Amino acid sequence: MGATTIPAGTKWWSGGKSPFNVNYGKVMMWYFLMSDAFTFGAFLISYGTIRFSVNHWADPNHVFNAFPFAGHANLPLAFVSLMTFILIFSSVTMVLAVHEGHKMNRKGVEKYMILTILGGIAFLSCQAWEWTHLITGDHAVLVNGHIEHWGTTVTKNPWGPEVMFNGQEVATPGPIAFGGYFFGITGFHGFHVFSGVVINVVMYIKTKLGHFDQRGHYEMIEKAGLYWHFVDLVWVFVFLCFYLV
Amino acid sequence: MSQQFNDYPEVTFHPDHSGGTGKIWKIFWVLSILTIIELGLGYFLYAKQAELGYAAVLSTKVAIAILTLAKAYYIVSVFMHLGDEIRNFIMTIVVPLVLFVWFIIAFLADGSSWKNLRNTRGGSRVDQTEQVQPESKHK
Repeated sequence: MGATTIPAGTKWWSGGKSPFNVNYGKVMMWYFLMSDAFTFGAFLISYGTIRFSVNHWADPNHVFNAFPFAGHANLPLAFVSLMTFILIFSSVTMVLAVHEGHKMNRKGVEKYMILTILGGIAFLSCQAWEWTHLITGDHAVLVNGHIEHWGTTVTKNPWGPEVMFNGQEVATPGPIAFGGYFFGITGFHGFHVFSGVVINVVMYIKTKLGHFDQRGHYEMIEKAGLYWHFVDLVWVFVFLCFYLV
Repeated sequence: MSQQFNDYPEVTFHPDHSGGTGKIWKIFWVLSILTIIELGLGYFLYAKQAELGYAAVLSTKVAIAILTLAKAYYIVSVFMHLGDEIRNFIMTIVVPLVLFVWFIIAFLADGSSWKNLRNTRGGSRVDQTEQVQPESKHK
């Protein structure tokens, strides 16, 4: 860690050096991540547009209130907080791996890459549980005058406004877009996590084989780290848009 | 100066990597505490949503969004080391993202406008639409 000391009056554009003081691979990783940020941004803003255009939207505190092995306990925000902290912590282990790479400490890089990979797998497992719970969980919905039991899928949203039916409050079908946006965006993010885990496994193997020691630097770990931190960064916004507000 | 980046002669000035892990752990705690505050505000909304007015709910949500932006700043600046790059490079990443300011305002306003149009049967002419009904006596 630490700032780069640059002498005053450096002529960046006179040739013979990188005007950004970064090598090609890292510049391109940053620009890829910027374009990916626009992709995720477009998805999330599209979701926001549709959500703003309807009178009723599923209440996240109601939809996402389950926790593994907790039965029907009402625990809003609990499971998704666990997922958030898993991802933050795996981001920390990733930055520690990059730090060990700066020190050319192969054992340290290996240790922290393993922890980062485990964090990624833990996050994906949580997401698998959450999706399964949503898709298979039955909820009573009033459809055409009779009660049906729906899970949450891309074609069915049982989280609409509640009405009185036979003296009981029962939900009606909500905007169909909810499932599509939720599974689409968290799925696209989950796929990024998955590919990040694959990249990290490759980096771990290359570290183990001593490729970076031969090369004389651990910059590939830094580039993989950029991607992994970006995945955490996107989750911060998914967490905001789908679960918190 | 360590040996690294020897393969990259175009990189002129090398960052100082001699520091410890203190800053990393500090940022970990900052991110955790910001997340806990966000969760606190989230539970506050959950517990009090029925009593709170529109303005109070909206300002709590805006506060949560600002905390999220603070988290994003720390992740990008410290964990991704963008803060250690030179200013020219930082600007090529950050300036294009300013488009999001327009993007968010324009599209959320559009969604909100659609809602109003639907709720008012295509505009602000609810009263007139209702007044049309009696004309059926012509039949």
